[in-house]
Amino acid sequence: MSQVFDKMLDARGLNCPLPLINARKEISKLEVGQVLKVVASDRGSVADFLGWAKVAKNMELLGQETETTEGANTYVHYVKRTA
Amino acid sequence: MDTGAEARLAADPSRMQALEERLQELEKRLAHVEGQVAEDRVALVVFSGDLDRVLAAFVIATGAAAMGQQVSMFFTFWGLSVLKKDSQLSGKTLFQKMMTLMSPGSSKSLPVSKMNYFGVGAKMLRSMMKEKNVSSLEEMISLARELGVRMIACEMSRDVMGIKESELVAGLECGGVASFLADSLKSRTSLFI
Repeated sequence: MSQVFDKMLDARGLNCPLPLINARKEISKLEVGQVLKVVASDRGSVADFLGWAKVAKNMELLGQETETTEGANTYVHYVKRTA
Repeated sequence: MDTGAEARLAADPSRMQALEERLQELEKRLAHVEGQVAEDRVALVVFSGDLDRVLAAFVIATGAAAMGQQVSMFFTFWGLSVLKKDSQLSGKTLFQKMMTLMSPGSSKSLPVSKMNYFGVGAKMLRSMMKEKNVSSLEEMISLARELGVRMIACEMSRDVMGIKESELVAGLECGGVASFLADSLKSRTSLFI
């Protein structure tokens, strides 16, 4: 997926709930309609971002993907600010 | 509404009035229901002063706040230790002094609920968390504040245990059971930890 994004947040090495909290902080700095790409190493972040998208009123989860480099997984989330 | 039904209504004013009354009744019931719907709130009671339990409380609190929920944490009994910045003995009764001496002086000296072994267990857990890049309890507390989590110290248990306001960190609210219930009754999630 070649999703366009406006800003990238590197949350690799951080554990629950930090990827979520940092993403929330970053997205509030974006303009409405802009997209944040979050790169995380925490496997739980996949379910966490899905859960966030279920209840949040100011964001939309555009997509998630898993990348594997040298045997280590990174989990990528594209989050759009909608309000 | 099709013109046939409109014409029938116009020809029968009593039906029109009955409809209007029903509409008013429905509006009233809707307003009542809207008043009862839970808001985007989470209310937590932190009763425990165990490091592991308190950590769980703060992970939930900061996570919920990040997800856009309004979070209130009510600290009561052993949970008050989390909010202490130091211990004072002056002006306390004998029992209160004993309690002060046997209680943690701040969040940094909380025990773990299992395998504490006089604090060795707590130190071990902290270093294991650091190894895994999990935020420390103190980082979580400042994160919670940054995210606007309300922290309320229970007035009654603070008074009973003889914990002075000056022993607690700044920026707390104080309250009782009603201030917790006012929040929890409007919350989707209420937890007792």
